[in-house]
Amino acid sequence: MQILEGKNVTKYFGGLAAVHEVNFDIHQGEVVGLIGPNGAGKTTLFNLISGSLPTTGGEIRYKGKKITGLKPHQICKRGVARTFQSAKLFAGMSVFENALAASLFGTKRAISVPDAEREAAELLDFVELSTERERLARDLAIANRKRLEVARALATKPDLMMFDEVMAGLNPVEVAQAMELLTRIRKKGITIFMIEHVMKAIMNVCDRIIVLHHGSKIAEGTPEEIATSRTVIEVYLGE
Amino acid sequence: MNITTVTSKKPFWGGVLFIILILLITLPLYVPPYLVILLTTILMYVTITVSWTIFSGPTRYISLASAAFFGMGVYTSALIGKIMPLPLVILAGGVSSFVLAVCVGLLTLRLRGMYFIIFTFSISELIRNFLLWWETTMTGTVGRWVVMVEHTVVYYIILFIFVLALLAAYLIRRSRFGLALKSIGEQEEAATHIGINATMVKTVTFAISAFFMGATGAIMATKWKYIDPRIAFDPLLSFLPVLMAIFGGTGQLFGPVFGAAIFAYLEEILTTKFPYYYMLLFGSILIVVILFLPHGLVGLVQKWRKGGLKRQNANS
Repeated sequence: MQILEGKNVTKYFGGLAAVHEVNFDIHQGEVVGLIGPNGAGKTTLFNLISGSLPTTGGEIRYKGKKITGLKPHQICKRGVARTFQSAKLFAGMSVFENALAASLFGTKRAISVPDAEREAAELLDFVELSTERERLARDLAIANRKRLEVARALATKPDLMMFDEVMAGLNPVEVAQAMELLTRIRKKGITIFMIEHVMKAIMNVCDRIIVLHHGSKIAEGTPEEIATSRTVIEVYLGE
Repeated sequence: MNITTVTSKKPFWGGVLFIILILLITLPLYVPPYLVILLTTILMYVTITVSWTIFSGPTRYISLASAAFFGMGVYTSALIGKIMPLPLVILAGGVSSFVLAVCVGLLTLRLRGMYFIIFTFSISELIRNFLLWWETTMTGTVGRWVVMVEHTVVYYIILFIFVLALLAAYLIRRSRFGLALKSIGEQEEAATHIGINATMVKTVTFAISAFFMGATGAIMATKWKYIDPRIAFDPLLSFLPVLMAIFGGTGQLFGPVFGAAIFAYLEEILTTKFPYYYMLLFGSILIVVILFLPHGLVGLVQKWRKGGLKRQNANS
């Protein structure tokens, strides 16, 4: 079953086509990777899906319903969560408060404060941040910041999660831990759509990969197909 | 965490607050009228500063529209003061500012930083100049008389508005609404992406803060007896709450209260004792506080208390 589908999704910044008539489908339970050189329009596409930016044209549907034109908080409440390329935490709030805010506001149904607190604590446990819960988010090391962003996104109880370079800036051990975390998120039944530059992660974790170049989709397929595709290799390495 | 944590110090501070409140209520019975009038002015500044902090404290949107909301209340009072009972006049002053804030909020709260500051300041200037133009060209008379109210009544009403504003500030701070405001102040884009309707939260809070400023304006107008657009929409009233809040420290609820109280008292003392050097002295004090106490007076007290505690631990 399709959970997210885009038809001719287009975004212009003035005369520049950042995303140009991109079609995509993401199925329930899948892990889909989104790759492409710098400036290909990957983050812009995420911003269009999450409602950060209005589309210029085309339509995005989530669970069969149109979400283009909705505000980010409405899209979040429908069940789409995201992380940001440079972790956008509530820096002056504690780790626990970061997760708590998401538990309190992330869902359509109202939640009581004790329930939200329990949920936030569970999720900090899930991402292995329990020991840091009273620290200010600004004092966390990079790997833990990323974990907190994941916990905060999870706290909104999403069915679809979008990760924007969640492994950037991590060392090899931390990348392995992040991959293990992704697997555990997947086991929860959450569909994953991720932008990633760490090829090892993309090739190991993803069921399917979409390649963007200059705002257009140039390839789509299994990791093996993408790794051997002539067009993709040309785009990344030149002729 | 301030949502659930109940510290053992709460009853103690509750008691202290209660005693201060009793003192403030009984004050007119045993102090000279001059002191009551001085305290009325101080309470006016404190209430406006606390109201300002309700919105601008957690969200970090520096609003310079205080004069607009205050003046709205002043003018409402001047217009309907003769035909309506006092409590209704004050309520109407608050409501008119509330409505103005909703309109201004929906228009401007998408702006951030410098743009928001300039826009809010322009709003109060626009209203002031529009009213001046209207009164000179349309009605032909600038300014109006306001129904007089006995000064102890003014004092009690301003005290009542102050207590309500403080209570509102406290309840908002410790509610989930307060957490949403704080999230918006920390990282607005992330806040919207965890399901917070930032526009709604900001507009409502902006309007609540304007309500108390309008109510304060409505009662203060009766103390001044005569008002015109220059008095009602005095731009100084847009800047003072910001200075007073920074003076006291915006981190804690009581920062703005102490900041505004000491600030207003200092101003009074300096103008009466040193009429020629008043501005010079006042400016110097302000510069020293802002340079050396980035967290305001309350920040200084906290630092000192923490230092004291550390010493105790070392000795034991």
